[in-house]
Amino acid sequence: MSSVLEERKKTSVREILGRSDYAIISSLVEPGTKVLDLGCGDGELLAWLVENKGVEARGIEINRARVQKAIARGVTVFQGDIDEGLADIPDQSFDYVILSQTLQETRHPLKVLQEMLRVGRHVIVTFPNFGHWSVRLSHLFSGRAPRTRLFPYEWYDSPNIHFLTVKDFEDLAQAQGWTIERRIFLAGHHMGRFLANLMAETAVFMLRR
Amino acid sequence: MIVATQFVRFDSLPLDCGATLAPVDVAYETYGTLNEARSNAILILHALTGDAHAAGISRETGKPGWWDNSIGPGKAFDTDKYFIICSNVLGGCRGTTGPPSIDPATGRPYAMSFPVITIADMVRLQKKLIDHLGIPRLLAVAGGSMGGMQALQWAADYPGSVAAAIPIATTWRHSAQQIAFNEVGRQAIMADPDWNQGDYYDSRPPARGLAIARMIGHITYMSDESMREKFGRRLRDKDKYGFDFSIDFEVESYLRYRGAQFVDRFDANSYLYITKALDYFDLTNGRGSLADVLGQTTARFLVISFTSDWLYPSYQSLEIVRALRSRNRDVTYCELSSNYGHDAFLVDISEQTEVIRSFLASTYREKAAA
Repeated sequence: MSSVLEERKKTSVREILGRSDYAIISSLVEPGTKVLDLGCGDGELLAWLVENKGVEARGIEINRARVQKAIARGVTVFQGDIDEGLADIPDQSFDYVILSQTLQETRHPLKVLQEMLRVGRHVIVTFPNFGHWSVRLSHLFSGRAPRTRLFPYEWYDSPNIHFLTVKDFEDLAQAQGWTIERRIFLAGHHMGRFLANLMAETAVFMLRR
Repeated sequence: MIVATQFVRFDSLPLDCGATLAPVDVAYETYGTLNEARSNAILILHALTGDAHAAGISRETGKPGWWDNSIGPGKAFDTDKYFIICSNVLGGCRGTTGPPSIDPATGRPYAMSFPVITIADMVRLQKKLIDHLGIPRLLAVAGGSMGGMQALQWAADYPGSVAAAIPIATTWRHSAQQIAFNEVGRQAIMADPDWNQGDYYDSRPPARGLAIARMIGHITYMSDESMREKFGRRLRDKDKYGFDFSIDFEVESYLRYRGAQFVDRFDANSYLYITKALDYFDLTNGRGSLADVLGQTTARFLVISFTSDWLYPSYQSLEIVRALRSRNRDVTYCELSSNYGHDAFLVDISEQTEVIRSFLASTYREKAAA
C-alpha cells in the first residue's frame, strides 16, 4: 500500500469525523487506565488521551514516518504489523484496545479482534459502514465497485480488503459470544441509532468477552 | 567546545571471572552542566573501538569526538539541557585500565595476564564512576553496538539507577555470525609474529594483524549498497588493472588506509579482550529467559535498529522489544531506514536525532522534572 494512499485515507477519515471520534472514544475511556491503540498513526489520539485522561498509552504502527511522529509526541509506540500479532502481549494487560478505521484493512479481521479481546478488557473498534445507503446506491446505479465519500478508492488501489456492515459486525459478535457494551453510529458529525445499517457512515462498537 | 579527558582511580573492581583488578583507572569526559536536582545526566556508551572522547574538540588531539554529530547544543543529546558523560570501557587502551596498562604487581604491562572481562564488568566500573560523580539516577544510558549491550546491562543490573535506556543497533546476545567475525579478527592478530603472545610493548606491535582485524570489521559495518555507492569497482589512481597485487580497487585502498590508521590508535591486546567480552555477552547469563531478565527492569526503553544493518540485524532488536512487551514494560521501537549498514548509528543520524531528542524530552518531562 502506498503511503500516498494511506495519507489520503487518514485525511478522509479525519474530514468525515472531525474530532468527534476523539470525543466518542474519550467518553468511553475511563481516566487513568491502560490503553493500546492499534494502527495509532502519528499518535494524535494517544497523546490526546494521555493529556486529557491521564492514561498509560501504547501504540502499534507499521508506517515508519508515523512512528517517528508518534515518538515526537512522546507516545510509546512499537513499529510493527497488527496482523503479525499481539502474541507477546500478555492476556488482559490493557483496559482498552482501540482499532480505529483499520479493521477492514487487516488480513485476518477475526483473528485481530480475538487477539484484541485477549489482551484487553474492552475493545473499541470503529469502521466505515459498507451498508450505508450511498454505498448501496453507488453500486446499484453504477454497476461497479462502490466509490463514495467513505470509500473513495478505485478497486485496484483500495487499502480496504474486507467490506463489512453494521449488521455483519453484530452477527459476528453474536456468533462469537462477545458482549457489545456500546454501539455508536455516526453520519457526518451527527450521531443516531435510526436505521443504523442504512444511515451510519461510521460505526463505533465497544466489546468485551 | 574544547574538551579535556579526565581521570579517576578506584581501589579495586571485582570481575565476573573471579579475579579482582586493583587499582582501576577510568578516563572520562563530560559535556553540559549537571542540574541542581542531579536528574539530567546521560551516560553515553561507546562501541568496540570508541573512547571517552565522544563530543567536542579534544584539547590534546584537536580532533572531534566519535559522536560529535549527536552530542552538543541542539543535537540529539542536547548539552544545553543534559549533562553528558562518556568513559572509556574497561579493557580499553584509551586511558581506562586495560591490557596495555601497567600491572602494579610486576611493573610491566598486563598484556595477556590481564583478566578476561565482560560487558557486565564494564558496566560495574561505569557505576563506580557515576557514584563518584554523585549522580543518584541517570536520566538515560545510550549507545550503539557494544554501547547498546552496555545500555541493556545497565537497565538489567541497576534498575534503580536508570530512568531510560536507548540500545541502538545491538543485540541481547552475540550470535554465531558475530562471534565468527570477531574470531577471524583475533586470529589475524594472533597469527602476526609481532604479536608474540601479547608481549610486544617493548618492540614492534602486531600492526599487520590488527590492521586486518580492522579491515574485516569495516566490511561488517558497511552494507553492500553503501560499498557500491562509495567505491563501486572504481580503480585507484589508474585506468586499467595493474596485473599485479598492488592496489587496484578503491575499496582495497580504503580498507588498507583504515587498517593502517587504526594501528596508530588502538592496542591489539585490547582488541582481543574487548571482542571476547562481546562474544561472551548474553544478557540472561543463565538467569532465566530474556523476558525474565528484562521483566526486572524499570527503565523506559527506546530500541532503534537500521534496515541495512546485517551485523546486528533488526530481528535481534525485535527480540529485545518483544521480551519487554511480554512483561508490559514501556518500550518504543523503530527501525530506521538507512543504506549505511551497521555504521548508520554513527553517520546517518538525521532521523535518529529526531527520535532520540523526542524520547529524551518526554522522559525528562515524566521522570526528572516531576
